[in-house]
Amino acid sequence: MFTQWKNFIPGSWQKQIDVRDFIQKNYTPYEGDASFLQPPTKRTEKLLHKFENLLSLEKEFGGVLDIDTHTVTSLLNYKPGYLDKESEIIVGLQTDRPLKRGVNPFGGLRMTRDACKAYGYELSDKVEDEFKYRTTHNDGVFRVYSDETKLARHVGLITGLPDAYGRGRIIGDYRRVALYGIDFLIAEKKKDKAEISKMDMNVDTIRQSEELYQQINFLGMLKDMAAMYGFDISVPAENSKEAVQWLYFGYLGAIKEQNGAAMSLGRTSTFLDIYFERDLKAGLITENEIQEIMDDFVLKLRMARHLRTPDYNELFGGDPMWITESLGGMGEDGRTLVTKNTFRMLHTLYNLKPSAEPNLTVLWSKNLPENFKDYCSKVSCDTDSIQYENDDMMREKFGDDYGIACCVSAMRIGKDMQFFGARANLAKLLLLALNGGKDERYAKQVGPEKPVYDGEVLEYDKVVERLDFYRPWLVRMYANTMNVIHYMHDKYAYEKTQMALHDTDVRRFMAFGIAGMSVVADSLSAIKYAKVKCVRDPESGLITDYTIEGEYPAFGNDDDRVDAIAQEQVELFYDELKKQKLYRDAIPTLSILTITSNVVYGKKTGATPDGRKAGEAFAPGANPMHGREKNGALASLNSVAKISYDCCRDGISNTFSIVPEALGRTEKERFENLTAILDGYFRQMAHHLNVNVLNRETLKDAYENPDNYSNLTIRVSGYAVNFNKLTREQQREVIARTFHEGI
Amino acid sequence: MGIKGQIHSFQTLGTVDGPGVRFVVFMQGCPWRCVYCHNPDTWDFIAGAEFSVSEVVEKINKYRNYISGVTLSGGEPLCQPEFAYELLKELKEAGYHTALDTSGCASLNFRLPENANGILSVTDLVLLDIKFLTNKDYRDKSGADFDSVRTFLDLTAQTNTKVWIRNVIVPGMNDSEDDVRKLAQFLSLYTNIEKTELLPFKKLCLEKYQKLGIRFPLSDTPQADVKQVEELQNQINGQRLVAI
Repeated sequence: MFTQWKNFIPGSWQKQIDVRDFIQKNYTPYEGDASFLQPPTKRTEKLLHKFENLLSLEKEFGGVLDIDTHTVTSLLNYKPGYLDKESEIIVGLQTDRPLKRGVNPFGGLRMTRDACKAYGYELSDKVEDEFKYRTTHNDGVFRVYSDETKLARHVGLITGLPDAYGRGRIIGDYRRVALYGIDFLIAEKKKDKAEISKMDMNVDTIRQSEELYQQINFLGMLKDMAAMYGFDISVPAENSKEAVQWLYFGYLGAIKEQNGAAMSLGRTSTFLDIYFERDLKAGLITENEIQEIMDDFVLKLRMARHLRTPDYNELFGGDPMWITESLGGMGEDGRTLVTKNTFRMLHTLYNLKPSAEPNLTVLWSKNLPENFKDYCSKVSCDTDSIQYENDDMMREKFGDDYGIACCVSAMRIGKDMQFFGARANLAKLLLLALNGGKDERYAKQVGPEKPVYDGEVLEYDKVVERLDFYRPWLVRMYANTMNVIHYMHDKYAYEKTQMALHDTDVRRFMAFGIAGMSVVADSLSAIKYAKVKCVRDPESGLITDYTIEGEYPAFGNDDDRVDAIAQEQVELFYDELKKQKLYRDAIPTLSILTITSNVVYGKKTGATPDGRKAGEAFAPGANPMHGREKNGALASLNSVAKISYDCCRDGISNTFSIVPEALGRTEKERFENLTAILDGYFRQMAHHLNVNVLNRETLKDAYENPDNYSNLTIRVSGYAVNFNKLTREQQREVIARTFHEGI
Repeated sequence: MGIKGQIHSFQTLGTVDGPGVRFVVFMQGCPWRCVYCHNPDTWDFIAGAEFSVSEVVEKINKYRNYISGVTLSGGEPLCQPEFAYELLKELKEAGYHTALDTSGCASLNFRLPENANGILSVTDLVLLDIKFLTNKDYRDKSGADFDSVRTFLDLTAQTNTKVWIRNVIVPGMNDSEDDVRKLAQFLSLYTNIEKTELLPFKKLCLEKYQKLGIRFPLSDTPQADVKQVEELQNQINGQRLVAI
């Protein structure tokens, strides 16, 4: 029994790793309002100022302040770094200096080399030499990829695959570091390894055993990393400040080791509240000091960086890390999981100004305390920095200790992980089906060969039949590709630190995705309800454009004629996924989420039968296409809400932008109305909503005068982004999106 | 119910026409021609599409999870009194809060006030535009008369129906402190008025006029200054308190 656990209510959590049990036995739900929150201290303001100066320098240097091209990032490879050693409360940086980026070639050497070049650096000979005799994840994948996969990647039928960088989307249970200390975690892992060694040795047990060896090794390194900063994390955290510091060390180790696309934090605020409450009761700390710790913690999170290539930034714009922190929600016993610290986490958006990171995600339940709902709405109206996901729906499937990885991917903390798989371009699949497996832009045979659709007018039944032929082909090829990627990632870039903070026996999801859903729904609707004629390229004979006669119901108007088509296409895709045999017996899941890749996907896709021109951006995530929503915001929300979460367990992203005036006349009305909209939307069994309350004019002005808007944060698809960090093209696409206005 | 209504459009997310989030039904057709009308596309009685009461209710039911109530607006909903009555009655029976957004053209040739009386019995809240305070102004700037509005307002008082007054503030037309004082004085006679909203004149509708090929009479008038309207709103709020 640890003395650090004094005054905690005992339970099974003391005998084995069970953070949920600890939380349930010890946390204090909070139903009050936000009036207890404290402003930033002088110290916080000073540090924030220092940080802001670094940010503007980073911007001036073209988005990357500095790169250490000599040192491969890992837990112990850099000397301790500080923003301000004297006054920092929570310490630890990825490298030895703030905003300096390390190189991480484990995912792929070429990508690292290109990323250095893009910012005027050269990857050092030292690192080049080190990796001459190493196989990277990227090497492994390309040794095995089929020609079919390579071609599908090339034409943009499947894009954004994690085959040249870390896959991410894995959430370590960083709370375990604080609650148990590293030695306890190592002891548990050693027990697991001993158990496995008694079993028959086969591919699975051998792999598992080696992984455990690596996990134990990296837990030791985590301890050493903390020791470099002067902390002994072999034992549990003794007080709240230590709890935050221990937890942060866990996260820091993960981002030093891995450059996964999304490196999410989990669900930590309520856990930490237990420590704050204990210290408050003992008179060891004041509210002012608690907020200061949280502010400092969040400031550290905002300094996390990975080195990316410009290509990567096109897909995932704005230099995101997806340090997603899941907030609120309800417990299985009916008590709210909102605590004072949930408020404090949101309050950092005031104390430290609005920001894209951490990616604050409110788990919304109809039963959340009204005070909390009101506060969330206020934060949304004031900062455009938070997103909402349906807790009532996810709790049923994941219990009450799940978190969101990246944007919309739910997983039980420390018990589930996922194999991230970006997305397939559904609109391109439709065009491919019409053109007999040939890509409409390159005129290359990508899928199985069939005659090009003959006849002038597209007939719904015939088109659907073609889709039914090409969909199984695509899904099988996509699943094969994913199996290769994740086999190789486990082999060459396994997440030692993060998986050490999971149960040994984890449940694995394989997360597939689709882009262009609303384009396909509208295209099929146009074919069914209007008259769509093909325009053929005389040279190739391929259909490259379409003319539409008459009107058709468009997705986003709560019109079942087209909404049912969208639902059906998603279900068919998922049904096909379920037939696949997946690596490590992973469970297939599906998301409708694009990040900012809807722009790139559009660029790579020819004209579609819905009237969308070649190269035009798709709508993000599951959003209706811009400007086709004619019945107001709620109709649009209802359309998206019809997409079944049962088919899309990896999330359905919807981004909602509304001008303040359309939300109500006074501030109070706006907050109340936004709460009503969120309550209504999630009662419709919808999954996710990004909320932006702003005027298009603001964005236009920011587009022209970026210097006046250094903190302008907006929600895009599943995450928030600093508007200035988007490419010009991405900015124009955001400006072109539907803004719900009054009448 | 066989009765059909001529409807211009639906707004699923209404937040400025009554309390809370509202589903707004815009009826087609209005006999008046107010100089600052922002919905000229709702004037024509023949345009729009026909809907039965049950079709509209069915639409509204899809938004039950979001909304606090339904607002019947236009155009002028009182110009289709039978439909308005049946729709509001159905909605009330289904448990919705009902609001009627009208200019109060009660003495026009639409079998009122009997109908208006019936409608008010199924209306929780009337949103009434008071545009001016004299027959002359109403004639010149709306093609209507003040008496009919007054008759309608009296009717709301007799039936003790809650009323929110709305008044568009147009620079140079009715934006002086004196204008607002007079308005407040007139309104103080009615105890069923819960709130008076002064709305700044805006020209967002310019595009609609151009599309329809109709001249916008106030195209040269500047938009109202939001700050100034706020001050006038404070003035009228204070005055109402004194009057009560």
